[in-house]
Amino acid sequence: MDTLRLDSLPAQQAVPQSRLAKRNSNNKTPSKNPKTPGKSNTPGKPKTPKTPGGDRFIPNRSTTNFQLSSFLLQERSLSNEGLSPMKQENQKIINDHFNIDPNTKILSFRDRAPQPIECLYNSYRFHLKVVINLLSPLLAIDKSLQGATIGSSSVKSSTKRHIPSNSERILDAPEIRNDYYLNILDWSCSNLMAVSLNSHVYVWNATTGGIERLMSLDEGDFVGSVSWMEEADYLAVGTSDGIVQLWDANTSRLIRKMEGHNSRIPSLSWNKYIISSGSRGGQINHYDVRSRNHQVCSTNAHTQEVCGLKWSCNKQYLASGGNDNNLLIWEAQGGQCFTQNAPLQTLSLHQAAVKALAWCPWREHVLASGGGTADKTIRLWNVTTGDCLHSTDTNSQVCGLLWSSQYREIISGHGYAKNHLSIWKYPSMSPLVELLGHSQRILALAMSPDGQTVVSAGADETLRLWKCFAVDPKKARKNEPQLSSKVMMDFTKIR
Amino acid sequence: MQANKTGITLKGSTQMVTEFFGFGLNSILYQRGVYPDDMFTRKEAYGLSILVTSDPKLEQFLKTVLDQVREWLLKKVIKKLVLVMKNVKTEEIVERWVFNIDCEKQVDSENTNSKKELKDIQNEIRAVLRQIIASVTFLPALEDTCTIDVQVYTDKDEETPSCCYESSALLIKDAEQVKFKSFSTTVHKVQGMVEYKVKDDE
Repeated sequence: MDTLRLDSLPAQQAVPQSRLAKRNSNNKTPSKNPKTPGKSNTPGKPKTPKTPGGDRFIPNRSTTNFQLSSFLLQERSLSNEGLSPMKQENQKIINDHFNIDPNTKILSFRDRAPQPIECLYNSYRFHLKVVINLLSPLLAIDKSLQGATIGSSSVKSSTKRHIPSNSERILDAPEIRNDYYLNILDWSCSNLMAVSLNSHVYVWNATTGGIERLMSLDEGDFVGSVSWMEEADYLAVGTSDGIVQLWDANTSRLIRKMEGHNSRIPSLSWNKYIISSGSRGGQINHYDVRSRNHQVCSTNAHTQEVCGLKWSCNKQYLASGGNDNNLLIWEAQGGQCFTQNAPLQTLSLHQAAVKALAWCPWREHVLASGGGTADKTIRLWNVTTGDCLHSTDTNSQVCGLLWSSQYREIISGHGYAKNHLSIWKYPSMSPLVELLGHSQRILALAMSPDGQTVVSAGADETLRLWKCFAVDPKKARKNEPQLSSKVMMDFTKIR
Repeated sequence: MQANKTGITLKGSTQMVTEFFGFGLNSILYQRGVYPDDMFTRKEAYGLSILVTSDPKLEQFLKTVLDQVREWLLKKVIKKLVLVMKNVKTEEIVERWVFNIDCEKQVDSENTNSKKELKDIQNEIRAVLRQIIASVTFLPALEDTCTIDVQVYTDKDEETPSCCYESSALLIKDAEQVKFKSFSTTVHKVQGMVEYKVKDDE
């Protein structure tokens, strides 16, 4: 019996074992080895607990049923009479510990998965929590680079920045249509602000301060929506008779008219060369402005007026909100600039028309939406899963929403009772400040291309400009904002 | 990949399950942020858009795993596929994604015994993938850099291929467990779950 085992064991171990075996056969009292009573029956066995590593395979003490495993151990050694080599024995013990079917073996792959790169990306994931809690993102980066502790940095930098409570400038907007469903305001990348006043569209050049009337419709018709193309000074105008007109703001010329809807167009959104338009009837049409047959797709998923329509910042998703209280998410597939016929998500948690829509500039799949009078909530969504991340009751109808590109904040425009603008902290959605000034409800919001100024159009026939996201000039110079914001974008995506 | 209306063959089922694992593992790696975003590209599958790695090294690793898994599925000896996430520094196991596989032993390479529609199976697979993607919301964030390990549980008498070695189970102490929906091709049944470490209250 001894020789048998000697063959299967390494030579080094063989010597002490045979010695042990002898000693054990001399000691006839079993109580000498109280820890493994079962094993004392077999002469070779007492070695087991003495070898280094005999115990190390019991890493999980709290979940292990000791009595059961002890029983199983004893039983095994009794039945097998200890004929198996150490390694196999150990393997069996482990398997028993974890209730694994003895007919199973566990295999790992020799090829290792590539090591995740220990770059900024990963090491900063941990600091993420801090970054979003801070008022100033630039400051946050500095601190985490210096390895400041989480607790101290978040406390120290929570000092409030100054937000002017009065509007910086007021523009007169006579004859503005007091209609919740229309989207009558847009501010272009080249600093031109377009606003429609009943049947006219005016363009205010924010750089020079000049005002120009771009177009007028016939008596009785009115403009339902305006939207600037991103790359050029072309303005899309949706009219009450269901036509999308395309205007060149530099030459004040009508470029083309695109028909396709049979009711008014209260919402428009651009995706490169595609203009998506929502109509009173609930259709969303996609027009290719370059092609002769302009209509590339038409969908009919809303049952009532489509009053909110926004392409996401990366142009991957289109959000549409309707008077049927539904918020639909559409996906642009296969590199196309328009969506498929079926929505990706149907989000029906709002209790009123969904007009206010805004996509998070730094988290591509996060959408903020606001409901009408019966709903009064701002909701944050993860559009890939359809989960509602946050819901905030604002106590007033939500007419417009914008994300700040400078701070991690959201601004919303409201109606009755206070007709105010409200700034919220993201992601906690705690209110920071309320901006009062309008005497009637706010109809639309737009943001300047530098992200510092917000304009609100009120039913009191005024446009008010609020410099509520001003960048501290000292800070901006110190931190080279371009670089910092690039780094921010890279590692602040949560998925 | 699939036989005519009579049902699904062992080969077809193997193909489907392997494909599922490919997308499943990829989306876990993406969703959990084990590797940086830019290592992944969007792909359409089962009517979902899933992020699949484009990094050659990771691709190669997954290919090795999947090729082996395919072979075992064909032989019907695979019992479990486990994706383990391990903290690089402390070597602590923080998360386990377990897919239990039941193989219908009676089906051989020619016969089919099922009448399940391909569409139904794909719907089931889609539901599982959706759950995997959605699980990000409840799983605790992986705070330190993590690396992965894949383990496969097979029949005892199955020979160890050259790309593998026998090892012991990697488990989590005091793990919280969440089961996913299962899907079945009638040849293979896959039941997934995720185990994760509950954070100590500090």
